[in-house]
Amino acid sequence: MKGMHLPDIRMLLQGASPRSSEMFPELNNLLNTTPDKAEQGKLTLLCDARTDGSFLVHHFLSFYLKANCKVCFVALLQSFSHYNIVAQKLGVSLAAARERGQLVFLEGLKSSVDVFFQAQEDPHPLQFLREASAGNLQPLYEFVREALTPADNGEAAWRCPVLLVDDLSVLLSLGMGAVAVLDFVHYCRATVCCELKGNMVALVHDSGDAEDEENNTLLIGLSHQSHLILRTEGLATGFCKDVHGQLRILWRRPSQSTARRDRSLTFQYKIQDKNVSFFARGMSPAIL
Amino acid sequence: MAAVATCGAGAGGTESMAAATSKSNVTSFQRRGPRARGTDSGGPRLVSIAGTRPSVRNGQLLVSTGLPALDQLLGGGLAVGTVLLVEEDKYSIYSPLLFKYFLAEGIINGHTLLVASAKEDPADILQELPAPLLDDSCKKEFDEDVCNKKPESDIKMKIAWRYQLSPKMEVGPVTSSRFGHYYDVSKRIPRELIETSKWHGFFLPEKMSSADKVECCSLTPGYMKLLHFIQNIIYEEGFDGSNPQKKQRNILRIGIQSLGLPLWGDDVCCSENCDSSHSLSKFLYILRGLLRTSLSACIITMPTHLIQNKAIIARVTNLSDTVVALESFVGSERETNPLYKDYHGLIHIRQIPRLNNLICDESDVKDLAFKLKRKLFTIEKISDALKWWSRRS
Repeated sequence: MKGMHLPDIRMLLQGASPRSSEMFPELNNLLNTTPDKAEQGKLTLLCDARTDGSFLVHHFLSFYLKANCKVCFVALLQSFSHYNIVAQKLGVSLAAARERGQLVFLEGLKSSVDVFFQAQEDPHPLQFLREASAGNLQPLYEFVREALTPADNGEAAWRCPVLLVDDLSVLLSLGMGAVAVLDFVHYCRATVCCELKGNMVALVHDSGDAEDEENNTLLIGLSHQSHLILRTEGLATGFCKDVHGQLRILWRRPSQSTARRDRSLTFQYKIQDKNVSFFARGMSPAIL
Repeated sequence: MAAVATCGAGAGGTESMAAATSKSNVTSFQRRGPRARGTDSGGPRLVSIAGTRPSVRNGQLLVSTGLPALDQLLGGGLAVGTVLLVEEDKYSIYSPLLFKYFLAEGIINGHTLLVASAKEDPADILQELPAPLLDDSCKKEFDEDVCNKKPESDIKMKIAWRYQLSPKMEVGPVTSSRFGHYYDVSKRIPRELIETSKWHGFFLPEKMSSADKVECCSLTPGYMKLLHFIQNIIYEEGFDGSNPQKKQRNILRIGIQSLGLPLWGDDVCCSENCDSSHSLSKFLYILRGLLRTSLSACIITMPTHLIQNKAIIARVTNLSDTVVALESFVGSERETNPLYKDYHGLIHIRQIPRLNNLICDESDVKDLAFKLKRKLFTIEKISDALKWWSRRS
């Protein structure tokens, strides 16, 4: 087994794909996609259990920016500079994308401080932070719709709009109910995926045995609506230096009920400084 | 190490530290460009703040937690702008020590402190801080221990000794350029040090007695007041860069003791289905927002063993950056177990943040125990034989 190159395995599984210059090229190969031929009208669900799946968020962010799509990123978990610095490692500058209007970035942490300590005149997308009882996410939806609806002034046409959310579980922690979040996703899908023929990618944590019912409701509800589910899990055997976790890719057809089983693949991965390498289960280069 | 942290624009500026790096022979992995978290000062200024150093991995500005062994396990220290959550041990015996080490480190480095508590007056907490160990008595302690130690823990001590590079500490106002100090819990910190330091206290019973009208929100009033207090200090004293006339930048160290107790008005520790179940997580979110936009670091101790709703613990963990849990052997069957006689408890590093990076500095060692021996709090790797036996019993 020693000396068998990993590209050979990929070619066996997927058919030869040209190695592109984007970062995480191995993930592109596994998903059988490149920025040139990105699909449209899809909802992708990212899910992590017992591990940190944020590298998938970084991947899709740089992927869609390279694919010349207009991206609205609702970043609730970390600051702009964090995403920017990681994106630069993957070959994309978020600051430049924001300047030229390709990226609309909602920085949750900074905006929450603004909206919490000072009453705003206009409805703020995170208005629910000031409310006493659980409200709804309509202002956030309006923000997304306004960001992604193409303006009529003949500006540079982007390829398709993309909504990226990191992550939806934070909304539950901030007082929103699972139903309110599912409504928000539904409205966004109707606008972004169906009306504007764009894509939507969202991350939800799987709390596992933490008995978080709201989160489970959200996760199950989204799983049924998604076209593609990428689920990262920590290894059942615990921490390992060379294998950081397992990735399960599930292709679905939510609109059709087919007798055919949904296609799924499972890989293990190791995260490095600028890349993530994938390999078949038990085939980590460290143990071969 | 001549590396200094820039407090430049956070929006990915491309200014390079080329001038500095060419003068001092910094190796190539030193990243260019402003990396320090926090404020928008409109240009790269090479500022060195006492008690901080940039991280080797990503140039993130780090402060010491007051416990050099813990600093090492966290990848060099606690990043400025982040929250360290300490899950308290069952009878809250050892977690106050971590809290006090953090604050004492702030006083030694001249940082501003903000101490919040619902059960103890911050002034009393500060009186009880441990005294810093002077160089030669510290060395004597370790020399005695070195003879009795096993080889693997010896390596840990050697690494810790790298910190002993700066000149001898003087008696009196301690001005040390070292990163991370050792403390003697049997002695109190000298009064002069507290008096010369700058600190703000938030004692909940005092603040709640004033009848300010607090805007209705789903946060409990205690948390609301604390957030407003913290935001006020950050704004007034310019930790968020809002006051560019300030001559010397400094770090604000925030310590919040036993967050979540019923004393705060929160019932998260009382029952499983609590009414204000989002209060605590909302508080943490907004606190993190404040920290990310200012030069501050925060330690929070939380009695998670009292929280019955596991979902809340999971949410709180996801909303914190670094999470460390203490598990003491007091009152458990392990206390009388002869295998654990050298240790007082276990320490679990539950979460380390990935900041500006895809990877984080996770230590390979997962079985760690601590002990409070001869006035020093040490963390050690459990020997393999012990691990094997502990799983059998």
